[in-house]
Amino acid sequence: MRGATQVRWAACAVAVALAATACGGGGGTGGGGADGIVSSSWGDPQNPLEPANTNEVQGGKVLDMVFRGLVRYDPKTGEAKNEIAQKIESTDSQNFTITIKDNWTFSNGEKVTAQSFVDAWNYGAALKNNQKNAYFFQYIDGYDKVHPESGSASAGTLSGLKVVDDTTFTVKLSQKFSLWPDTLGYAAFVPLPKTFYENHDAWLAKPVGNGPYTVESYAKGSSMNLRRWDGYPGTDKAQNGGIDLKVYTDNNTAYTDLTAGNLDLVDDVPASQLKNVEADLGNRYINTPAGIIQTLAFPFYVKAWNTPDAVKVRQGLSMAINRAQITDQIFRKTRTPATDWTSPVLGKDGGYKPGLCGSPCEYDRTAAKKLIEEGGGIPGGQLKISYNADTGSHKEWVDAVCNSINNVMGDNRACVGAPVGTFADFRSQVSTQKLTGAWRAGWQMDYPLIQNFLQPLYYTNASSNDGKWSNEKFDGLVDKANAESDKAQAVTTFQDAEKVLAEQMPVIPLWYQNGSAGYSDRVENVSLNPFSVPVYDQIKVK
Amino acid sequence: MGRYVIRRLLQMIPVFFGTTLLIFLMVNVMGDPVAGLCGDRQCDPATAARLRAEFGLDKPVWQQYLTYMGNVFTGNFGTAFNGQKVTELMATAFPITIRLTVVAIVFEIVIGISLGVVTGLQRGRPVDTGVLVLTLVVISVPTFVTGLLLQLLLGVKWGVISPSVSSEAPLDELILPGLVLASVSLAYVTRLTRTSIAENTRADYVRTAVAKGLPRRRVVVRHLLRNSLIPVITFIGTDVGALMGGAIVTERIFNIHGVGYQLYQGILRQNTQTVVGFVTVLVLVFLAANLIVDLLYAVLDPRIRYA
Repeated sequence: MRGATQVRWAACAVAVALAATACGGGGGTGGGGADGIVSSSWGDPQNPLEPANTNEVQGGKVLDMVFRGLVRYDPKTGEAKNEIAQKIESTDSQNFTITIKDNWTFSNGEKVTAQSFVDAWNYGAALKNNQKNAYFFQYIDGYDKVHPESGSASAGTLSGLKVVDDTTFTVKLSQKFSLWPDTLGYAAFVPLPKTFYENHDAWLAKPVGNGPYTVESYAKGSSMNLRRWDGYPGTDKAQNGGIDLKVYTDNNTAYTDLTAGNLDLVDDVPASQLKNVEADLGNRYINTPAGIIQTLAFPFYVKAWNTPDAVKVRQGLSMAINRAQITDQIFRKTRTPATDWTSPVLGKDGGYKPGLCGSPCEYDRTAAKKLIEEGGGIPGGQLKISYNADTGSHKEWVDAVCNSINNVMGDNRACVGAPVGTFADFRSQVSTQKLTGAWRAGWQMDYPLIQNFLQPLYYTNASSNDGKWSNEKFDGLVDKANAESDKAQAVTTFQDAEKVLAEQMPVIPLWYQNGSAGYSDRVENVSLNPFSVPVYDQIKVK
Repeated sequence: MGRYVIRRLLQMIPVFFGTTLLIFLMVNVMGDPVAGLCGDRQCDPATAARLRAEFGLDKPVWQQYLTYMGNVFTGNFGTAFNGQKVTELMATAFPITIRLTVVAIVFEIVIGISLGVVTGLQRGRPVDTGVLVLTLVVISVPTFVTGLLLQLLLGVKWGVISPSVSSEAPLDELILPGLVLASVSLAYVTRLTRTSIAENTRADYVRTAVAKGLPRRRVVVRHLLRNSLIPVITFIGTDVGALMGGAIVTERIFNIHGVGYQLYQGILRQNTQTVVGFVTVLVLVFLAANLIVDLLYAVLDPRIRYA
């Protein structure tokens, strides 16, 4: 019968289809041992891969492999250690003399000299180059000339930078900043080869640096293959043959690929898979602290929030949030309840002090309700928490925080989530002071210093002080800490400033964020650094 | 015929400008894209202002639109925020999505139409009922369920395919995603063909053809099927455009770096240039597909004439 033949033919087509796909499947990466290649998930970097223009993890991963700077943060402890720098000296916390080792070269053979640094920093700071990390150079003298707040630049180079000879240069800061050398591990401070300026487009298509890996090929938006550079002069040579970064459209797909054995490393385990991760990966799952803190911020440009009574309300709200339950249930322990305004990755010496916040960060239903009522209740009668609904699982935890507050207040309308469609729109509302309620705020450290968790966020008119909070006592203590020449003393003074935050509660600390990653049984010695970037050069292929 | 085509082409001009203007306004309503470029921190105001000027975001919307359209006509679709030219993005994304669409359409035509003919000819028999129930199931299950399920079973549990498509996206790796993408439309095509065939089996021209003593194959293929295809072609024609732009779910599940993914990312990053550029091309695809469908009517049904 004709009909039946056609059905059979159709079935055949499906079978052929699946069989053919089968032929296309598989793949995987060849080679093992010291020359083995590790495949890793990646996301399309948001900005061109210039060091002073990369401010997110995906581009940061590449820079971390391709570049080395004066200072490098220890992947385990986050401690700043000299890498290219021989010594960084100062007598007054304001004028620094930097001497570099003379055995470093770029992978194209060019020597790394003092000039390579000075040119790169001048490039990064100059307004005309549109570098998003330009503010890193703000402490160097002359920054306001090359990068004025408005209008055009009146100087081409930073007056605070002077090359003495091939291996020495001096830096003059515009203010005292004793911990400044510790900031130099950030990617914006790496040296750049001459070809970066002379042949910019070609450099962007295939970046050349001085790190343990070189870029073998780069297909924008889809993949980058990095290979070990055998001539690398540093001590942290790559333990594997190279890294293949693959862009995934969705981190769930990357995770699926990992479980199917097609991928070696996923450094962002999707929230929806956290409940399966133990079963799928067992001990090949990493969950370690990263230098990220999540908070709830408030608008101090709105009168009702900027009163002495509102302090009590904020403290009450903080006490009404059951942090432990939310981090367990929603984040499955990939967050830790926060008890100060820094991060555990700083370590005790770096300024992390658990419990600094004290009782205002502890869950206490009766005290919470009492404080909020003493403070005259929530301004406007309802707390609106704005968040971006497009990425991350913000809706889940904002709703949970609101439920927690509503339970305490015995009022179903005391707190509601206010989603904003896209991250860009959310950020633009936050940074132009459009929001009249609270909003979710996150801070990923630029360098593992307590200063970085405080000054940019809470100092009067600081770059990321979106709520426009201002406190003279806090500002005074930060200035004092920056002028301290002794590191331990500076850290203690910063902690004193942090205690002002506990009294005033300008933002409510929620939790410290962890970095998570999963890896295949082909590789070992996988870890994440305090910036939640995998330490690629230490990965070993079995 | 020629005059008809010219008239249709002229009609496309206002449609083209209207749709691009709408999408341009919609993307602009979402707010300032530069604010999203600096993560959870504030961009420094001087750099942000320079970026706005560079992307022309400091001008009024109507002026932005005019400049943009002017550039489009010279083949310049602008630059994405990561410094890549939008034309470059298109050159990588469109070939992949076209391959995926072709695979999906082939599945729709081959499986959908053959199943439709079989069931249409055997109305009420078990084969018919069975296929009908099956199509109902396929239509009611969302694509992401089918996609994730097949990916898990074939990709992870049985290991017959790779769960994700490589960045080159060769044809053989696109067969499963294509099947998933086509599944719902395929079910509709089956049902449309079946109804149409069942209706036309009793048409006069079929009876005439049988009476002439033509072989059954010729009656079915030349007379019955050809005349029954009009609603099906209409559906497939509009589906070409829908598949190209609407493959976001399938593309994300199977890691296909096609048009859907670029659009998704463009919207997330509020990249006006990418979104408007891709949608403009999609609008053109829609318009062209519709014109071709209308012209095909005349080929399929000799009674239809365009003056």
